[in-house]
Amino acid sequence: MSIFEYAPAPESRAIVSLKPSYGLFIGGEFVDGSGSFKSISPSSEEVLAEVAEASEADVDRAVAAARKAYEQVWGKMSGAERAKYLFRIARIIQERGRELAVLESLDNGKPIRESRDVDIPLVAAHFFYYAGWADKLDHAGFGASPRPLGVAGQIIPWNFPLLMLAWKIAPALACGNTVVLKPAETTPLTALLFAEICQQAELPPGVVNILTGAGAAGAALVAHPDVDKVAFTGSTEVGRIIARTVAGTNKRVTLELGGKAANIVFEDAPVDQAVEGIVNGIFFNQGHVCCAGSRLLVQESISEEVLESLKRRMSTLRVGDPLDKNTDIGAINSAEQLARIKELTAAGEQEGAEAWSPPCELPSRGFWFRPTIFTGVSQAHRIAREEIFGPVLSVLTFRTPAEAVEKANNTPYGLSAGIWTEKGSRILAVADQLRAGVVWANTFNKFDPTSPFGGYKESGYGREGGRHGLEAYLAH
Amino acid sequence: MTVATTPSAATLAEVTRSNAALRAFLHGLPGVDKVGADARAATLGTRSIKTTAKALAIDLAISMVDLTTLEGADTPGKVRGLANKALRPDPLDPTCPPTAAVCVYPSMVAEVARVVKGSPVKIASVATAFPAGQASLKVKLDDVRDAVRAGADEVDMVINRGAFLSGRYLEVFEEIVAVKDACGDARLKVIMETGELVTYDNVRRASWLSMLAGGDFIKTSTGKVQPAATPPVTLIMLEAVRDFLAVTGRKVGVKPAGGIKTSKDAIKYLVLVNETVGDGWLDPHWFRFGASSVLNDLLMQRSKMKTGHYSGPDYVTLD
Repeated sequence: MSIFEYAPAPESRAIVSLKPSYGLFIGGEFVDGSGSFKSISPSSEEVLAEVAEASEADVDRAVAAARKAYEQVWGKMSGAERAKYLFRIARIIQERGRELAVLESLDNGKPIRESRDVDIPLVAAHFFYYAGWADKLDHAGFGASPRPLGVAGQIIPWNFPLLMLAWKIAPALACGNTVVLKPAETTPLTALLFAEICQQAELPPGVVNILTGAGAAGAALVAHPDVDKVAFTGSTEVGRIIARTVAGTNKRVTLELGGKAANIVFEDAPVDQAVEGIVNGIFFNQGHVCCAGSRLLVQESISEEVLESLKRRMSTLRVGDPLDKNTDIGAINSAEQLARIKELTAAGEQEGAEAWSPPCELPSRGFWFRPTIFTGVSQAHRIAREEIFGPVLSVLTFRTPAEAVEKANNTPYGLSAGIWTEKGSRILAVADQLRAGVVWANTFNKFDPTSPFGGYKESGYGREGGRHGLEAYLAH
Repeated sequence: MTVATTPSAATLAEVTRSNAALRAFLHGLPGVDKVGADARAATLGTRSIKTTAKALAIDLAISMVDLTTLEGADTPGKVRGLANKALRPDPLDPTCPPTAAVCVYPSMVAEVARVVKGSPVKIASVATAFPAGQASLKVKLDDVRDAVRAGADEVDMVINRGAFLSGRYLEVFEEIVAVKDACGDARLKVIMETGELVTYDNVRRASWLSMLAGGDFIKTSTGKVQPAATPPVTLIMLEAVRDFLAVTGRKVGVKPAGGIKTSKDAIKYLVLVNETVGDGWLDPHWFRFGASSVLNDLLMQRSKMKTGHYSGPDYVTLD
């Protein structure tokens, strides 16, 4: 028991009024689906709402609604007019930011500090940013008058539910496309609240359609012949299936898949900030981050000191109620994901790596995993190769910069990487050699709508965000 | 310990042998990334301290205040008033803790002593030609001896910023050593005037220099220069005392001073202490606030916690 214990500081749930059940959002209104499933709160296993399950016929209806809206309204509308709607949506997101943050934390399990200070502000920023592009597409560098593609089928993951929705919908709409979006099975609720925001903004019916459901609904959406463009964020495994499905069709595809990022700490790093960066890199959002810095590569000469500092810092992490404003690490999103984390960490111990976690009490209900680091990890261990997608860090050491680069690149993935050094020339030299779509220098997990994001190799293709993010939604 | 080339206590004695050695050591400390340090302090600033935690933090903050007046217009009467307030910050509530110390100019130390003698409240005096430090070493040392002779338990000195910024580290070091010697049993707080040091790398180096020279406390500011204390600067100093303890086994206190006006500010600093160095520094012996106006805000918040309503500035004493 320390001297200064923080009393519980829970954010009120009262701001969110959930309906007992939700339909599918097709053609501007909520309609019944074919089946239904429940969305639970991963921190308490409490049922939050019942949600419709989309069938193949529902996918058909949604794509037809999107096609109609594209041909009759949205595709013809001037960029300046489309921008007005997007600006309106962005402002409503800001106004209802608290409500969206609380619901995101309830449904996903992430701490309110992150949904409030990171997710939702970035969601609004994305809509503002792409609203600004809508009437300037002629000058975006994709030809004199680039055209929209038509109907976009979009499938998003559960780790940043509303943020991934924004990454997909904002550029698509700005470019004049209409969308059918399927949120993840375990986190559909903020997407449904977003559907209400579309109604509030008087967005023309059919421009945005939201289908809740599981993998079958997503597969039907990807395979639908009237979908012109597929955008997916999720696992490499599902990404492969999607690539196979669309092969030989005219559909355009962007895939944002897994990662196993190296966070490289050189001996001349600003050590205290590097430790913060390591913590942020792997424990942000419970490690449910495709670009998480899940492999720490630390230079031998400072490895002991860095590890000691890291362990001390990890002992101050506050694990618990996602709605408590002082929580640093929330709940694991689902029982299934928790099982996968447990399976991989067990493999790590069997293969001889040494696990360490700070002492911390975990709630008795819900899905939880202690922040964990593995030392004595070698490149051949599964925990150094496979994406764990949880609060688990594998620590490896290196002696020379060349060895660091070799280890960092020795993975089928290539989404992100981090470099920590006070030497500017080293940042440039190492960044140049890393095969990763995003390289952060002396920081980690920083996102901005103006900055493109995407991977090399098995981390996918295409870029989202920034001017580059427009290309995926324009014919040119 | 986060010094890249972990120095032992023995090698630390070596580093003060020459200016070159001292410079090599101070410049060999790990750098501070400003963006990262600012971000860490800002994140800790979002901690939500409520109910029982807030009540505890307010009392702890009151007990850590160095109640300060350092004006040309200070009079014996004003100083006595302040000393009485230090003893009983809330005259109507005996459960309110006293402040840690009263901090005044050397000429006022005897006045304070008359009031607080025999109480737990310490007498702190600024010295060494405060706040500019622009005087000869002889004058500075006389200033210190004066204060100690008059009864000061603690001496707040200013470092020679001109010498520090022009790289004459050994000169700064030797001056602190001389002042420490003149202090006798009094605890020495070394004011680095971080607002004039500008960079966080300089703050870290000045912290280590002050500790190596024997300072018992490292303190941000005189309060006469803007910016005074800030959360990221205090964070870097807390990291420095934590690392210094790990290397040498000697514990050094930290005192942010100036610019801490509200209870909310004070609580943010306590969160920094709690999550950077922990319980060991959550103690008035090791952490202080150099402030004056913050005390009344703490008292108003305290009575709000107890009674459920705000009393307003008419119900706290103005000194």
